[in-house]
Amino acid sequence: MLTQSTSVPFSASAGYFDQRSASAKTGLHLLMAAMSSMFFLFLLSYILRSQVPDWEALSEPWQPLAQTGQLWFNTALLVVASISLELARRSLRQSEPGHSRELLMLAGLSSIGFLVGQLVFWDFLTTRGFFADSNPANAFFFLLTGLHAVHLVGGLVAWIVATVRLGRQRRLPTNEGLALTRLSVELCATYWHFLLVVWMLLFALLSSSPGTYAAIAKFCGLGD
Amino acid sequence: MTFAVILVAIVVISVLFHFLSPWQATPLASNWGSIDTTITITLVITGIFFVAIVLFMAYCVYKYKAVPGRRSEYRPENKKLEWWLIGITTVAICGLLAPGLIVYDDFVHVPPNAVEFEAVGEQWRWSYRLPGKDKTFGRTSVTRIDENNTFGIDPNDAAGQDDILIGGNQIHVLIDQPAKALLRSKDVLHDFYIPQFRAKMDLVPGQITYFWFTPTVLGTFDILCAEYCGIGHYNMRGQVVVDNAASYQKWLSSQTTFAEVLSGGTVEGLVEQGQRLASSRGCIACHSIDGSPSLGPGWLGLYGSQETLSDGSQVEVDGPYLIESVIDPAAKIVAGYPPVMVAYELSDEQLTSLVAYIASLSPDTDNPTSIQPSTKE
Amino acid sequence: MAYADDVENEELHEPTGFIWKYIWSQDHKVIAIQYASTAIFVGLIALVLSGMMRMQIGFPGSIDMDATAYYQAMTMHGMIMVIYLLTALFLGGFGNYLIPLMVGARDMVFPFVNMLSYWFYLVSVLVLLASFFVPGGPTGAGWTLYPPQAITAGTPGSEWGIILMLVSLIIFIIAATMGGLNYVTTVLQARTHGMTMFRMPLTVWGIFVATILALLAFPALFVSGLMMLLDQTIGTSFFMPDMMQFGSQLDYSGGSPILFQHLFWFFGHPEVYIVALPAFGLVSDLISIHARRSIFGYRMMVWAIVSIGVLSFVVWAHHMYVSGMNPYFGFFFATTTLVIAVPTALKVYNWLLTLWRGNIHLTVPMLFSLAFIVTFLVGGLTGLFLGNVVVDIPLSDTYFVVAHFHMVMGVAPILVVFGSIYHWYPKITGRMLHDGIGKLHFWITFLGTYLIYFPMHYLGFLGMPRRYYAYEDYPFIPDSAQSLNAFITVVAIVVGISQILFLFNMVYSYFKGAPSGGNPWRATSLEWLTPETPPKHGNWGPSLPVVHRWAYDYGVPGADLDYTPQTTSAEEVPVHENDHDE
Repeated sequence: MLTQSTSVPFSASAGYFDQRSASAKTGLHLLMAAMSSMFFLFLLSYILRSQVPDWEALSEPWQPLAQTGQLWFNTALLVVASISLELARRSLRQSEPGHSRELLMLAGLSSIGFLVGQLVFWDFLTTRGFFADSNPANAFFFLLTGLHAVHLVGGLVAWIVATVRLGRQRRLPTNEGLALTRLSVELCATYWHFLLVVWMLLFALLSSSPGTYAAIAKFCGLGD
Repeated sequence: MTFAVILVAIVVISVLFHFLSPWQATPLASNWGSIDTTITITLVITGIFFVAIVLFMAYCVYKYKAVPGRRSEYRPENKKLEWWLIGITTVAICGLLAPGLIVYDDFVHVPPNAVEFEAVGEQWRWSYRLPGKDKTFGRTSVTRIDENNTFGIDPNDAAGQDDILIGGNQIHVLIDQPAKALLRSKDVLHDFYIPQFRAKMDLVPGQITYFWFTPTVLGTFDILCAEYCGIGHYNMRGQVVVDNAASYQKWLSSQTTFAEVLSGGTVEGLVEQGQRLASSRGCIACHSIDGSPSLGPGWLGLYGSQETLSDGSQVEVDGPYLIESVIDPAAKIVAGYPPVMVAYELSDEQLTSLVAYIASLSPDTDNPTSIQPSTKE
Repeated sequence: MAYADDVENEELHEPTGFIWKYIWSQDHKVIAIQYASTAIFVGLIALVLSGMMRMQIGFPGSIDMDATAYYQAMTMHGMIMVIYLLTALFLGGFGNYLIPLMVGARDMVFPFVNMLSYWFYLVSVLVLLASFFVPGGPTGAGWTLYPPQAITAGTPGSEWGIILMLVSLIIFIIAATMGGLNYVTTVLQARTHGMTMFRMPLTVWGIFVATILALLAFPALFVSGLMMLLDQTIGTSFFMPDMMQFGSQLDYSGGSPILFQHLFWFFGHPEVYIVALPAFGLVSDLISIHARRSIFGYRMMVWAIVSIGVLSFVVWAHHMYVSGMNPYFGFFFATTTLVIAVPTALKVYNWLLTLWRGNIHLTVPMLFSLAFIVTFLVGGLTGLFLGNVVVDIPLSDTYFVVAHFHMVMGVAPILVVFGSIYHWYPKITGRMLHDGIGKLHFWITFLGTYLIYFPMHYLGFLGMPRRYYAYEDYPFIPDSAQSLNAFITVVAIVVGISQILFLFNMVYSYFKGAPSGGNPWRATSLEWLTPETPPKHGNWGPSLPVVHRWAYDYGVPGADLDYTPQTTSAEEVPVHENDHDE
């Protein structure tokens, strides 16, 4: 979507396409900066709130995140998606599309798998009575995983665009088509790696012990 | 030329306004004259820059007005000049910051001999607590607050038994004695502000904030809430009375302790109880007490007056009418007001206090506490 | 590599049909007009709300406004003015129109997203205005929306109004992000050949840095708004502590109202620079052009804009000196706040030094620019009072603060808006705005707003608190203060009504204004060099302009004209050694 333009269609000139590609990447970097700002502020709020005595960390031995197996499985799905997109990006650098279609499919399915896995875990929590409004630790869990998922859904929209372009390119190869498809996949790959890093940070934080929260809080000057 | 003249006029009038206007800081009544001094320093420095810059501008506009055939000077940079200007500005900034931070250092360090009092804010009134002879406040918590324990003191905490509880919005303090105000809110953010003392601080629900001051002038000073707290914010008033030793003792000896409240005493008189009820139950959200238009009929001057109802009939506003309006508001609707009030369940004593309070808002009522309600249906 | 290389064989598909040209348009110029019109429309609503508030303050009881309505008007006035008018107008209005033209691009780099940005903005405005029609009416929590009161029963609109407000803000933030990606990326990637960063006009620098601030700071508003929305709708306790409400205990516990304030002001302070930096950039260009003199100290001006932008992220808690936060934070934030005054002062000096030895034409844009300097000076100097922590303690939450922020956000930038519209109207429409009406509008607005806000500071010295619906019988407030309030109200109503002159001028001149030609002000920057005026779709015709010099070659010694457009080659007129190629 970032590279679409119905009013000024790109031409065959390589110079113009370089600008489009550079612009799209700059745009994505700026977007990632804004998203990083958002997640960073949520994490600071999380640390601050965790120091109030009514916090019941989900990682305590009797709490749901004491066993992180389910979430590790979801993480693996996201890692598969990232790797697939990275491989797809590399295979498109050669003139033949190679296995890019299969890799792209795998990335999409894996990501959808991740989202389903997150919903399953949400269900796991709520059926055991861990609702968003019962405790601030729960509230943050749902909030942070929910926002991450929403951003992944946004990424899937870009993935659809990439898939459509790849399909078109395979049916009717053109130079512009190849450049455009490469760009789409490249952007998706970058974004997926970003969301993977964000997820790892969130996962690490959400499953940390109260002692870790206290240490971080102290480091940030937010402790008691 | 005209524009330059107007700029000069703006400078002259602004400076004159500053010296001649009747709107200056209220006379100081505390030790925080150092804040006033810092403000004066700031005024002088910023004033100098204001006058210099606008006059310079006026000069430029006058001298360099466009002349056909003339060109501007082409000298887009002068690094030396710019660094000088940065230097002078930095010096001026330091001239403001240094005294400011020195005085602020005073502000954050409470003198060891400061006497503590607690100011409790809620929508939209003030109450106070003193630590009593043991100089220790009892533990409080919002969860313990109820009709009988409005301060939420833990009855099992021995330190709280001798805490002195003061309702009615007014607190007394001793002159020339440093006072540390401990601030506690039962609901939303408020701010304890007395203009003559210069100092203020927010009340934050969930924590205890503080600031300190030393009153230096005898008298009564208004407390204004200075952090927006809902529609009653502008009417959340209190008073601080600065006493000499003798008057202070006299006032102190007539106050109630928590222990006395636990054994059946009341902290306030009937009118104050009614006032407390009217704000705690949100009555004053719809019934103004200052004559301004409100959703429901205003209470200023209401008691003893004649009201016209929606069916055209007239009724005298007395105790029984007011009580009926609380427990069965749909029975009589005053003309021109929407029939949106819900019924409230209050005890006889609460209803009496409410009527007493409303009556106190009318000029002619002699003894509001003698008004009796009729029996509830 | 950031230049748009040779694109001679590019096809420009100009949209046909009214809907595609003027409604669902991806042309940055149309989007700019859409943004500006919507912003001005909603700003007029906010102006009326402020008139009602002033009537209540100046002449209590004169209009049928109770405390509930007063606080709702106060909140909507503030939020509309700061976010939906000023931010949208400077970034979405001026940014969209001027950036591609000034850097020599054909359009923004992501035109589809740019179009979406406007429609999201419009939806956010509609959601906000819808809050006037829900049960309980709009929120009356103050534009700062502090919890706990924002979502509890003692505040108007705490059931539905606040929800619509928060949802509207979230939609606005998405709109601002979409637009923001465009403005920054276009500056970085779509400058025409020869247009280095240090040859761009300061207008572009101001909006560019402001947009970077927006991309990084609006997330803070999103974070705080979303958490408050959850507190209100599903009962979480991010910000809500243990508390009572009218005698009964609420079901919240453990939240921190001060956390909200930190998050809000981490957004809120950069926000005021998001408004101020574009104004700084625009006024630099106005002064330079109408004084026929190169802006003094261009490089320092750029560094001042950048350093103000960076520093704006470390001053936020000067809005929280009496909030009950850790008192030792006051030392740090007072220092950073007073430090940020230095680059800001430098800009004021440089504007003055541009006038010095210039050739000043007192056109309407110049008049507004000079008025900006005066009012921004007053507003900025009073900021030094409030930034110095201990001085802020008596003045916080009084009319001193109200006077300060109106002067520095409401008067000064609005004067730049007016000046800029008088300046660029000929480019947008091909006609000049009527000069006589312009001057009348100027004098009433400048002198009027000065008369409103300068004396108001003294009500703050007196100790009159802000956000008060009425002031009954306070012994320390003299009766004369009420007279001053009445005077301020009268002037405010006059100034408010006289904005009709401006609106009339805009409509009248569209049909009857004198044709302007392509470059009526004889300016050097690229937007004045388009082949057509108003510029057509694609802006430049068959080939992009090529830039040989910076944007401020006025009065170059030896040149024929007193201005040398950016496209003039070095052979025709020498390029000053100040101009560094990247």
